[in-house]
Amino acid sequence: MRFIRAKLLLFVVVVSLSQALHAELTIEITKGQGEAVPIAIVPFGWQGQGASPFPIADVVASDLARSGRFSPVPESEMLQKPTTGADVDFSDWRILDTEVVVVGRINPQPDGGYLIEFRVFDVFRGEQLLGYRVTSDAAGMRRAAHQVSDLIFEKLTGIKGVASTRIAYVKVSGDRKKPVYQLIVADADGENVRVLLESRQSIMSPAWSPDGRKLAYVSFENGQSQVFVQELRSGARRRVSARKGINSAPSWSPDGRRLALTLSKGDGNLDIYMLELSNQVLTRLTSWPSIETEANWSVDGKEIYFTSDRSGGPQVYKVASAGGTPVRVTFEGNYNARPRISPDGARLAIVHNDRGNYRIAVVDAERAYTQVLTSGNQDESPAFAPNGELLIYASRAGGRGVLSTVSVDGRFEQKLAATQGEIREPSWSPFPIN
Amino acid sequence: MNYLKLMIPVALLALAGCASKDGASSADGMGEGEIVDGDGVSTYGGSDGADGMATAIGDDRDNVIMNDRIVYFALNSAELDVASMELLKQHGRYLADNPGEKVRLEGHSDERGSREYNIGLGERRAVSVQSILLVQGASVDQLVTISFGEERPADLGVDEAAWAKNRRVELVYER
Repeated sequence: MRFIRAKLLLFVVVVSLSQALHAELTIEITKGQGEAVPIAIVPFGWQGQGASPFPIADVVASDLARSGRFSPVPESEMLQKPTTGADVDFSDWRILDTEVVVVGRINPQPDGGYLIEFRVFDVFRGEQLLGYRVTSDAAGMRRAAHQVSDLIFEKLTGIKGVASTRIAYVKVSGDRKKPVYQLIVADADGENVRVLLESRQSIMSPAWSPDGRKLAYVSFENGQSQVFVQELRSGARRRVSARKGINSAPSWSPDGRRLALTLSKGDGNLDIYMLELSNQVLTRLTSWPSIETEANWSVDGKEIYFTSDRSGGPQVYKVASAGGTPVRVTFEGNYNARPRISPDGARLAIVHNDRGNYRIAVVDAERAYTQVLTSGNQDESPAFAPNGELLIYASRAGGRGVLSTVSVDGRFEQKLAATQGEIREPSWSPFPIN
Repeated sequence: MNYLKLMIPVALLALAGCASKDGASSADGMGEGEIVDGDGVSTYGGSDGADGMATAIGDDRDNVIMNDRIVYFALNSAELDVASMELLKQHGRYLADNPGEKVRLEGHSDERGSREYNIGLGERRAVSVQSILLVQGASVDQLVTISFGEERPADLGVDEAAWAKNRRVELVYER
């Protein structure tokens, strides 16, 4: 009992610290916004007393920049700063080759909250594309800004935005001989870092549940690899697999009721199993003497992709979740592992050995055409954003582990680094369910 | 289980027990390691005599068991080279002769490639070591395999030399 209380206390202490350490993650755009649409997000006008309660335009500009599709005009270059549609002078914006202008206002509400209104204009046609109102209490302004970003993004691209999503990852810090491992959840822009678990033993493979409320992960806290499921809101954890030997690589079924897992059952042979979470019923899906691991459920739940070195080196296979004979899916190169199916089911992201370098590649599920997207030599752990536009993955920079995001066409890249320590094993949350 | 193999060491221990009975406090049933107060016969590890005899016989073997506990592997391989096989045979025989001993076989890989697949490589290496030990007469309940994949490098360097040091199985005796 004392131990659990101490653990909770640590959790609480760590959470309040991380809120104080505002910039725990730094984001740097490292490649091409050459074809990005120039957009101006003019600072929103504050209609109340004193200073504006929140820099909405800054957050929106940052969200849109990180999508890779937009290039925000710096405030210092703006020739005018209108806050209503009537004040917009399109000729001023055409001079800058700006294609889209966003203007808005923040209005104080009698209940202490805020009403945010904004309009989006097509500069060349001189037309309004979108007008919207968002309300928020004082504490929810960052979330409201992300909502504004997503509304703009979806209007302009027809694709759902991911500004309101979150990422989970593993952080390793402290003394290299006796490191501290943390399981962390943060907003997609790196803000609101929350430590979910802290341990002196390894943590691996965080996986978001389809409803975004839980994370499954592997922890070595009891001396061997075991799989836990933890509820984000309450912090409550359940150990779901502690069988003899290896318990690893959890992947959620689309209905959230089952986990695909890697087990060795103590006989040293890794295979894919399915665990029904409600009653612990276990179903074995593979029984080859080779290594079978890294399961990933298909979008419709009918198939499970996984890594197997049955052919002599790791390749990706798939098997029916109802059971059956696995079928090989990758054929290019001698190392293809860690499959992650895209949200539309059309592509697989993998770790691929490209002439001696471990890189992220995307394989077209139909024609098995492989496209290498990254250029590091130790890139791994790819995860799709829920709109399928971006991939986040683990790489190395400056001698330590960082996270990188690349657009699916390979043209846009940015890097996320912790201000201290190493970060790895990213997982991207689903869209928030409202 | 080969009981004949066990009988001789047990017999030796029994003899040792007789030898130490005269001078030591082991006769009064105090466990090894307990210091007897104000008796004038304080013994740390009451069966001094037995220890002495066991050490005399197993000297070289103990050095190997204590100091030489890691075997290494080539990239993506779980095969053991000749030197490793010889080392493991010694460990295997030691385990066969000391059925009370338990060892954890901790398998590791280098950092390249996918993490969870590397857990598999580490396990494959641990199992490879386990097979040799079993052939030499160790029993299944003396051995536990565990894999840490790339999670616990011995060498944090990012070059071939470091990676070679990380592709390993460590024999960790539980004492």
